[in-house]
Amino acid sequence: MRDLLEGLMLPSFQDPLLEARHDAALLEIQGVRLAFTTDSFVVSPRFFPGGNIGELSVFGTVNDLAMGGARPLFLSCAMILEEGYPLEELRQVLDSMARAARRCGVRIATGDTKVVDKGKGDGLYINTTGIGLVRDGVALGPGRVRPGDAVLVSGDVGRHGVAVMSVREGLAFECPVQSDCSPVHHLAAALMEAGLDLHCLRDPTRGGLASVLNEIALDGALGIEVDETAIPVAEDVSAACELLGLDPLYVACEGRMVAFLPPNQAEQALTLMRQHPEGCGAALIGHVLEGPVGQVQLRTRLGTHRSLDLLSGEQLPRIC
Amino acid sequence: MKYVDEYRDGEKAKPLVEAIHQAVTRPWSIMEVCGGQTHSLARFGIESLLPPAVSLIHGPGCPVCVTPVAILDQALALAARPEVIFCSFGDMLRVPGSCQDLFQVKAQGGDIRIVHSPLDALALAERHPERQVVFFAVGFETTAPANALAAHLAKRRGLRNFSLLAAQVRVPPALAFILESPDARVDAFLAAGHVCAVMGLAEYQPLAQKYQVPIVVTAFEPLDLLQGILMVVRQLEAGRAEVENQYARLVRPEGNARAQALMREVFQIVPRTWRGIGTLPESGLGLRPAYADFDAEIRFGLKGVGGVESSRCLAGQVLLGRLKPTKCPAFGMECTPEHPLGAPMVSAEGACSAHHRYQPASSNPLLPAASAR
Repeated sequence: MRDLLEGLMLPSFQDPLLEARHDAALLEIQGVRLAFTTDSFVVSPRFFPGGNIGELSVFGTVNDLAMGGARPLFLSCAMILEEGYPLEELRQVLDSMARAARRCGVRIATGDTKVVDKGKGDGLYINTTGIGLVRDGVALGPGRVRPGDAVLVSGDVGRHGVAVMSVREGLAFECPVQSDCSPVHHLAAALMEAGLDLHCLRDPTRGGLASVLNEIALDGALGIEVDETAIPVAEDVSAACELLGLDPLYVACEGRMVAFLPPNQAEQALTLMRQHPEGCGAALIGHVLEGPVGQVQLRTRLGTHRSLDLLSGEQLPRIC
Repeated sequence: MKYVDEYRDGEKAKPLVEAIHQAVTRPWSIMEVCGGQTHSLARFGIESLLPPAVSLIHGPGCPVCVTPVAILDQALALAARPEVIFCSFGDMLRVPGSCQDLFQVKAQGGDIRIVHSPLDALALAERHPERQVVFFAVGFETTAPANALAAHLAKRRGLRNFSLLAAQVRVPPALAFILESPDARVDAFLAAGHVCAVMGLAEYQPLAQKYQVPIVVTAFEPLDLLQGILMVVRQLEAGRAEVENQYARLVRPEGNARAQALMREVFQIVPRTWRGIGTLPESGLGLRPAYADFDAEIRFGLKGVGGVESSRCLAGQVLLGRLKPTKCPAFGMECTPEHPLGAPMVSAEGACSAHHRYQPASSNPLLPAASAR
């Protein structure tokens, strides 16, 4: 994906806004700072333990805006339906989207619907685009991350990916894991309102926590060290990952954020996060180093160190 | 997580590491046979805990890595057929055949499904009677019983649309081959715990005796591996060459009799070509004539299909312990997990991939490391 982005997408458009490569682009229009983002949702199956494609499409975009330091305000909703897609299911998805939007305090202000021939789509795809107002005095991005910064995660990782996998056709297994699918903008707002000097926020969606850490290390030209024993992973998630041969650090979350901030504010941030329902499982997992640049090191539970690399393609379940 | 965390406890690892350091007086080369062990050694940075005199050689026990190009090409040909639903463990999808891999066939419209069990493939066959469901039966003695069960059930249920593309391999002939090779430099083996859970210890006694090598059946968690290494080192230092069982919590000396019976019913011992190594007699399992109806090679007339391996990949040397992955000229250059030349760079259990992914940091873990807290 990174190759596609760097080799094709970025060179095609050549725009510094895009090249900042944050979860949301930060725009200034007549003195007003806005965050602007878009995301497409193709999750299969569309209904999974703990959520569905509808609420995911709202929370995903709301979270991307929040990662830009913004208060999410307006969303668009574009749907691509495959011919024959059941209306009853569409109604359920729309209800979920409406409920999710109310919960987040955002309005769905514009939309589009297209129908493609049977066999030309996988039931339903949703794209949402969002606009939010960036808070005064807030500037977030990998470029602001500094050596020494503390790395915090707002809760246990890997839930969403495992929950979806547990109900995917052909792969289904009995598993009590619920997706963490939820908005984190209230949590991000609480940190900012407390006056903490947040340097960067990221939501570890596709590619999980390890990918976010690698992106920040690469884009911020820094090193990062995290402690395996400090990273929260729920017991049922780690059990499912053991069985499937997956590493939970690479499994997607949909209701978590990773925060980078000065080390002397880490304790305060952690206390604040833990008081919040969206951050009750928060943990301090590591810190930023000057180098090696672009590399993430994991301190294993044996006290050894190894690199926590970017994953190529999707994780493939192991044979034995 | 119970039954896992106990075996990953850093405090409990320390005395084992110290005991290994105390026991070693000379250089020893120990081969861990199974790819799962290789993965765990790399994932937990265990090599960096060992005395420099102990070198670990990554063995051929990665089923993805040893599946020959010819069978992969058969898989690719099958997966491209419109009537076929081709089911495979996920690892196999990125392994290059002579021209392409299964992911590419999938992108061209091949109906390829990742499954976790051959029984999932069997269920697909029952749900789709109009399609031909083929399961890619790769793996060592660990996967053979479940694959045999799928064929057994398919026969009992009279399914006419289910078959196995069999690439099963057996561990003992590969160990004998490694020990017979003129430049053998393996002093001892950590045998594959789960293979022995099925097969027991009997096949390993003659190897230990004939070649005078210690063989310790070892599990996959860090404490297991450290204990297995300690047991091997103690044997080597004492001049013993015995089969010992570190994985006694799971492995019984006689193995799993029911699994073995099922394997015997469905499979027979056949010669098998190993990728990068060549054809080894009695090293594979193929379907018995009584199960010919469930043999994809026969059903789809695939005999003779298959190409040749890339000469730039030195996987065979790596799998035999003659070459460290990092010493391969292609490692990390023209061969990466994104663009693998050979199979060991694909699977999480492949030696090259494990080295590429978990390259150790330059730190001495025996000294207290800076805490991330």
